[in-house]
Amino acid sequence: MRTQQGTISKGLDWTLFWVLAALALIGMLAIFAATYKEGDPLIASWIGFNTDYSKQFYFFVFSLMIGFVVLLADSKFFAATSNLGYALGILFLFLVFPFHSRIKGTESIIRIGSFNFQPAEFVKLFVALALAKYLSLPELDFRQTRAQLRAAALVLFPALLCILQSETGLALVYTSLFLVMYREGLPASIPTMVMAVVILVVTSILVPPNLLAILLTVLLLIALYMLRRTFKRQRGLFTKIILIWLLAVAIQRFAVPFLFKNVLQKHQVERIYNLFGKDNPYRQVSDSIRPAVDLKKKETGTSYNVRQSKIAIGSGRFLGKGLLRATQTRYDFVPEQRTDFIFCTVGEGFGFVGSALLLGLYLFLLLRIVTIAERQRSTFSRAYAYGVLAVIFFHVVVNIGMTIGLMPVIGIPLPWISYGGTSLITFSLMIFILMRLDADRQMVLR
Amino acid sequence: MSVYHQARSRSIQLLLLVVFLIILLQLFYLQVIDSRYRQLAMDNAVYAKVIYPERGIIYDRKGRAILNNTIAYDLLVTPAEVKGIDTLELCRLLEMDTADFRKRLMEAIVKNTSVRPSVFRGLLPKELQARFEENAWKFPGFNLVERPLRSYPYNAAAHILGYVREVDAKDIERSKNFYRQGDYIGKTGLESFYEKVLMGQRGVQYMIKDNKNRLVGHYENGDFDTASAAGRSLHTYIDIELQQLAEKLMSNKVGGLVALDPSTGGILSMVSGPNYNPSDLTGSGGSNNYSNMVLDVTGPMLNRAIAGRYEPGSTFKPLGGLVALGEGVITSNYGYPCGGRYTACGHGKPACTHAGGGHAANLRLAIANSCNSYFSHIYRLTVDQPKYGGVKNGYLRWKAYMSAFGLGVKLGVDLPGETAGNIPDTSVYNKENANRWTSCTNLTLGIGQDKMLTTPLQMANAMAIICNRGYYYTPHLVEKIEGASDQDSALVNPYRRKHNVLTGIPDTAYRSVIEGMSDVVKVGTALVAQIPGIEVCAKTGTAENYTILDGNRIKLPNNSMFVCFAPKENPKIALAVFVQNAGFGATWAGPIARIMIEKYLNDTLSVKSKSDSARIAAANLMPAYFKRLQRKEDSIRAQEWFKLTRDSFYLKRTTRLHPSAPGFPSPYTPPLKKSFYRETGWIGESRKKTGREANLFV
Repeated sequence: MRTQQGTISKGLDWTLFWVLAALALIGMLAIFAATYKEGDPLIASWIGFNTDYSKQFYFFVFSLMIGFVVLLADSKFFAATSNLGYALGILFLFLVFPFHSRIKGTESIIRIGSFNFQPAEFVKLFVALALAKYLSLPELDFRQTRAQLRAAALVLFPALLCILQSETGLALVYTSLFLVMYREGLPASIPTMVMAVVILVVTSILVPPNLLAILLTVLLLIALYMLRRTFKRQRGLFTKIILIWLLAVAIQRFAVPFLFKNVLQKHQVERIYNLFGKDNPYRQVSDSIRPAVDLKKKETGTSYNVRQSKIAIGSGRFLGKGLLRATQTRYDFVPEQRTDFIFCTVGEGFGFVGSALLLGLYLFLLLRIVTIAERQRSTFSRAYAYGVLAVIFFHVVVNIGMTIGLMPVIGIPLPWISYGGTSLITFSLMIFILMRLDADRQMVLR
Repeated sequence: MSVYHQARSRSIQLLLLVVFLIILLQLFYLQVIDSRYRQLAMDNAVYAKVIYPERGIIYDRKGRAILNNTIAYDLLVTPAEVKGIDTLELCRLLEMDTADFRKRLMEAIVKNTSVRPSVFRGLLPKELQARFEENAWKFPGFNLVERPLRSYPYNAAAHILGYVREVDAKDIERSKNFYRQGDYIGKTGLESFYEKVLMGQRGVQYMIKDNKNRLVGHYENGDFDTASAAGRSLHTYIDIELQQLAEKLMSNKVGGLVALDPSTGGILSMVSGPNYNPSDLTGSGGSNNYSNMVLDVTGPMLNRAIAGRYEPGSTFKPLGGLVALGEGVITSNYGYPCGGRYTACGHGKPACTHAGGGHAANLRLAIANSCNSYFSHIYRLTVDQPKYGGVKNGYLRWKAYMSAFGLGVKLGVDLPGETAGNIPDTSVYNKENANRWTSCTNLTLGIGQDKMLTTPLQMANAMAIICNRGYYYTPHLVEKIEGASDQDSALVNPYRRKHNVLTGIPDTAYRSVIEGMSDVVKVGTALVAQIPGIEVCAKTGTAENYTILDGNRIKLPNNSMFVCFAPKENPKIALAVFVQNAGFGATWAGPIARIMIEKYLNDTLSVKSKSDSARIAAANLMPAYFKRLQRKEDSIRAQEWFKLTRDSFYLKRTTRLHPSAPGFPSPYTPPLKKSFYRETGWIGESRKKTGREANLFV
């Protein structure tokens, strides 16, 4: 096949393309199922650019056109312009502050004519490229802490800008790029520590503070008992363990309450507690109106979204209700169902089988990217491939996890499925660039 | 560096697999294992809309609809759609003020949100509905919806037809949740007895609703919908003109009237006094009138024709004669030498209106002259027969006859609420007389007194037995059900069964009873029942009665009773008329019966009957003691209300319950309901003189 496709298609990994096209098609169908109203003229509304699914269709066509240009381009171009792209992306993020228009509580959208676009959505592409570029610098020794800090700063700076635009969800996406750094040699102790802290924070939400402090002390005593022989050989170990214990207790007793009270916004704290099915102890509600607030929470709020989303997905059962027979998603019970909660449409309409197939498609794509990444000669291509993998992985896991109650509600789209031009084009572009780089995998890019 | 960390690609792959597996497991749990979500989704999105069928129609014997359906209109409002309307004009059209308009709109929003339609004004009067319909285009957000109502074209037969009301919690429970909130159910009368027939079959349309509870379409293209089927109609024996006449005659009287066709058991007419207009219970004033009637001590809702318990008195005598004949203790030639009172039991009771002259020389004469001694004596002869070995067994035998005649048992008419009357068991007499009693103890059972109680329906049926010469069909109203199902037939089959009673006694025995009753009209106490060209057989009755009022036993005027059938040969109608506290049987009940027979057999009234019927209809025979009773009842209620409101104010002060909280006593309980008697004004006394309850509120 490759030989027949001429020079452009030479060496291109078409599997990636077909998976991408399949996902985009599923997305259009899902948006169609979620928004189609009985009696709409079918063909007219698909072509007319007046419905969400037809818009999505044109976005996809547009991304194919860009993809064609990308595939025609030289691989070196991406490596060469990645720093410039990063600067451009940051510029866009800054442009948001004076030019944004307020839509649905976010301050991250620029409106040009009738188009809204969200720089934070596509900047991650440039960041992935720039990170790859930095990691592939020949003089770089990534074992040095300085290099690691620089890479972290490269990733976290746009994340900070996103937070300033009240887009915490998009900011979190950038943290996924630490996966790239891990692959490129970030010491395993760092992710381990991060995991430990995350576990500690979660347990301090779930377990009463005093009980947790006791548990931590018991753990300390067990560790001291088991390591009693080692202390003689390693003097510093004892102090280290004591310090870790002190740090853990400090996080659990002071840092977590501080985080929830002063750092995070109220709705974010609410969402996190909702995820664990707990009442938010930081909400300041006088006792007299608490029943009313609880009632309201039942009816609206994030727990309503997640509940409705779980009902929609759960009611799909094993085989689903069929494309246009999904009552929950078709009649607006699930909020934001064409964008962030689009997975409900799949879950309700096609049931467990459909959901599992979609998940399988994503998993196949991600594993394929791993394979592709590992066959690259140049660090740039490999690091970029892992960047693409990390971003897609994060989006898929957080988005689907949120609709089925495994993750707090974070408004990020499901790649290729959720309605939204910026997101669709960005993800497609990421894959097309990967395909281009992969076609030239024998080349060493700097 | 590229090979340096290659092993880490493995851990990344592992991470991918693990995370996706967790998601897959959660999906599996949600979608396959946990089955709650399907129901939750159905509750969310599917609304079962009940399509109410039209209830069946009830026709009289000539095919005239006496209970029909009509359509009333409710005005609905969807507040969110009300935009830019001329509020003043709408208020003018609906004859309301703007404050009321705003109040109703707010109520609608509070009750049902602003996107769902709710009733703005129920049961719009006809002229308002027409006026609104013409101008409806000016008022977006307002629309009329049909609401079927029961209508009574003749405004008659309230007790027979009964009424429908919304089901209450008990009905729903009793029906095992077949009925739902908002359904209508027949509460009394034919509406209740034939509920299953009349109600038809409810249809259900499964509609999809959206997140704001608006209906947006059919669920699954209506594949699960069931069609509604209209209720089946009933054809009755009732003659509506006869019924109207009877109601007119019984107006402002307490009592019961039943007219039967003896050959079928079909009820031609049945009236209970005091009566009410069935149309009063439908329409906008319905619930108001309903509560007024419920609180009325005269009991306009009680069907005295089947639930009134009256001592039959002399009207029982023909039956007593039949029992004695059937037992063979007398022949129709049997005579009793009555000297003005019955002396055989030593106390000289009962007394007799006639003395000597052979007024009880045979059964026929005894009936014609209504000889108390004669019938007391033949009662004694019956129960004291040696073959039964003692009065108790003899009495049981006699009681068995009574049951066969339908006395002391429920006849099983196709109306709810029938009472059995009373023929006491031996145990009652055993208890009262320390187990030692003789036929003298309950001697007056022979003349329809002592503890004997019957309903007008039972006595009418007894007449049917006599004129049929020993058989009857259970009295019933419904002749046939249109398009009857098997279940429906099961409902009416009992009325096709012939009950044979005393067919063993010779025809001559019946003849002498019937001749005796014929003589009652020709020469006896019921001369008023004479109709030129029709031979009427009748028996009058007059029973003393007492009531306890304010702790005193007071004697009330006698009950006037009249039972009859006509014509003598090949009888077409059997009647029982009971008028409470009206005097002699022949004074009120007799003429009523005559007019009824004339109307039914001749279809017209003679000049005399016309003037009589006008006189009787105008006569007010409501017993005066009801007035006192009503006042007592009202005072008690007023006192209760007074206490209740005082308590609730107390509660409000001392507890922190918010007035809107559940459990908070309503500060408004309707104080006094307008009473039936006050409106009809059959008491001479004016309202002002009974002002005690009014003082309570000053």
